[in-house]
Amino acid sequence: MLDDFFTRALLAAVGLALLAPPAGCVLLWQRSAYFGETMAHSALLGAALGLLLGLPLDLAVFGTALAVALALLAVRRFTHLAGDTVLGVLAPSTLAFGLMTVWLAEDRHRYDLAGLLFGDVLAVGRADLAAIWLGAAGGLALLAAVWRPLVAAVLHPDLAAAEGAKPWRSQLVYTVLVAGVVALGVKVVGMLLIVALMLIPAAAARALARTPEQMALAAAGIGVAAAVLGLHASLWLDVPAGPAIVAAALLLFLLSLLRTR
Amino acid sequence: MNTLIEGRGIGVRRGGRWLLRGVDLTARAGEVVALVGPNGAGKSTLLRVLLGLLRPTAGAVLRAAGVRVGYVPGLDAPAADLPLTVRRMMSLTAPRPAADERAALAETGVGHLLEARVDRLSYGELQRVMLARALARRPDLLVLDEPLRGVDVNGERELYPLLGEVVRRRGCGALLASHDLLHVLDGTDRLICLDREVRCAGRPDEVLERAEFARLFGTHAEAYWHLRRCARAPRLPDDA
Repeated sequence: MLDDFFTRALLAAVGLALLAPPAGCVLLWQRSAYFGETMAHSALLGAALGLLLGLPLDLAVFGTALAVALALLAVRRFTHLAGDTVLGVLAPSTLAFGLMTVWLAEDRHRYDLAGLLFGDVLAVGRADLAAIWLGAAGGLALLAAVWRPLVAAVLHPDLAAAEGAKPWRSQLVYTVLVAGVVALGVKVVGMLLIVALMLIPAAAARALARTPEQMALAAAGIGVAAAVLGLHASLWLDVPAGPAIVAAALLLFLLSLLRTR
Repeated sequence: MNTLIEGRGIGVRRGGRWLLRGVDLTARAGEVVALVGPNGAGKSTLLRVLLGLLRPTAGAVLRAAGVRVGYVPGLDAPAADLPLTVRRMMSLTAPRPAADERAALAETGVGHLLEARVDRLSYGELQRVMLARALARRPDLLVLDEPLRGVDVNGERELYPLLGEVVRRRGCGALLASHDLLHVLDGTDRLICLDREVRCAGRPDEVLERAEFARLFGTHAEAYWHLRRCARAPRLPDDA
């Protein structure tokens, strides 16, 4: 069954769609879409560094996204700059360094820039598939472990802290998780669209949910539906798979708007 | 009376200036302490220090062993993107026995709202739910930060006596901060006027006649007395 490239693509996209949208719910609540984008944009730098240093792509992207995110959290905590200012400085900077590093690496390696930007899910192999499903399982376990304090801190950080939750610690764990989603997502929908796969199903799930947990489950369901729909659409219409999945998610989001709350 | 929390000489310095300086404060069981002061007086900063959320630059907070604090923040409208029911709100940081949750909601008069959506609550209802959340944790001390911000006058008239009743029934202490004197009603046992340092403190009827108090609040104090006189006058029925 796994010999078929389309089946592998379908399984890879579904695996990612089980993790990215529930994680995206938190990003949505924290209004930190730009934070996620900054981490995703650092994937270019990560991939280039990986090539230069001979590291596996996923690991290099994960490490770089995490390093950038931790730098962000540290700068936010220890300076008086507004969060958006720090992001505005850091996001294009990682992109600039990424592009320069790719330029340096490209002379020596044939480099699939388009694959990195927009994903190439039809090319995933068995090893990628294993990485995505193991990553999704681990990521969901991590998310479940910090879910309650994360939700509480969204509502009121001081209240969460006063009642013994550790907002700082759960935010750290969540940041590791987002770096993981970026690393897994680069192959499937690419670094430009991974945050969309996190946020759009989450936004679509809002209308269907009465509790945070329902919203996470609905987001995963909508994400999986978008993955299946989008991949089939990409086959019928002969368009790239990553953008087709995001377009399918947008369609589901628009449908969710019909449901009045 | 049992001392629950005591702040001694608390000072908080930020950006080269003192937000709080030399503040002494004691919260005891069975007593409602109201912390009043203008906006920027450091009331919330002081509460954050007492709650252990902020390390003071000077001074110390002593908390009696095993004292459980129930915190009731003044919530602005909750984020629209976060779906929450009252039931889910009750177990925000940790699940509580369902019976405790129901009892606490009934105690604050919102037992019928268990399945309601938080974004559909009125402000007064939301604050009763927040109070119930804190009560479900069986606190020894309630800490309320601007609990009545945004509550209309009728909601306020109801919530204040409710707080007094809760404190007397449970024998817990309550410490509340408000920038609005109109919120300091008859249930208050001790009034502390804060403007980065304690300006005056004592029983409300003593404090309200002091000169420092009038300086701190100016004409505001006159408005307060006016409303208090009005509040004693017979009220028209609500649906008149």
